[in-house]
Amino acid sequence: MATATEHAEHTEHEQHGLTDGGYIKVAVVLAVITALEVSTYYVDFGPFFMPSLMIMMVAKFIIVVSYFMHLKFDNKLFSFMFYAGLVLALGCYFAALATFQFFS
Amino acid sequence: MADTAVHAAHDVGHGAHVTSTGLSNNKLAMWLFLGSECLLFGGLISTYMLYRGRVANGPHPNQIYDIPFTSVSSFVLLMSSLTMVLAVSAAQRRNDQQTNLWLTVTALLGATFVGGQVYEFTAFYREGLGFTTSLFSSSFYTLTGFHGVHVTVGVIMLLVTRSIIQKNRVTGDKAESVEIVGLYWHFVDVVWIIIFTLVYLIPA
Repeated sequence: MATATEHAEHTEHEQHGLTDGGYIKVAVVLAVITALEVSTYYVDFGPFFMPSLMIMMVAKFIIVVSYFMHLKFDNKLFSFMFYAGLVLALGCYFAALATFQFFS
Repeated sequence: MADTAVHAAHDVGHGAHVTSTGLSNNKLAMWLFLGSECLLFGGLISTYMLYRGRVANGPHPNQIYDIPFTSVSSFVLLMSSLTMVLAVSAAQRRNDQQTNLWLTVTALLGATFVGGQVYEFTAFYREGLGFTTSLFSSSFYTLTGFHGVHVTVGVIMLLVTRSIIQKNRVTGDKAESVEIVGLYWHFVDVVWIIIFTLVYLIPA
């Protein structure tokens, strides 16, 4: 019975997220995106400069939160709590910028 | 009966209490805390974006930022997220030796990042960018300083966690304790992902 218990716990832990190899692959993807971000400092991306930086920033954010923080595999309530704070922060950000006429 | 025994042993083994949500209260509290931290950094980033052009007589952001140096610091912090998740993975496999190793590596990478930030602040100060030089400098130091303090607190949390695991003094689920510290650590990395782009890479 002890073996069954240990096996059940072990299996649950193993299923919670990726394997170590999977995490390393995710880190390589993040490193490549970071290299691309830094390249915008040296290479002229023209009109794509700002959109490409924003897309890469959001992609890195989502990858870290989903895979390293396990939100992709965890209970949805955790996602709700985190993203609720994030949405409120974005609301605060845009309200502040609009109040000070940052966009005009 | 076997199922019941497995379930009960599972709860006891994890040191978990029965909760109304069926989820760990500790983990729930950490996520709630991180949600509130989003608001803190949202406010600080908003303030920086508003004031980054207000340089008064001080140096302009583009004159003082050292992008290659900050890129290396960012890479170090990013890799610390990998070592942190490997520590969590090792803790879930109940491999204390590997858990301690990865926690130590993560703390060292975090300390390297903080050291880089101290060096950067010193260099900026020598170039004439004091805390009260301009609205830009105040908002920059406040934002990046707050982040630096968070990383420092994270390093302390990592070292304390490592210490209590080594002394086998963890009450409750060891893997969950490491995971909760990991959540905080990944959060400071995520915040830096935003700061690196909005503050350093996008010119004022």
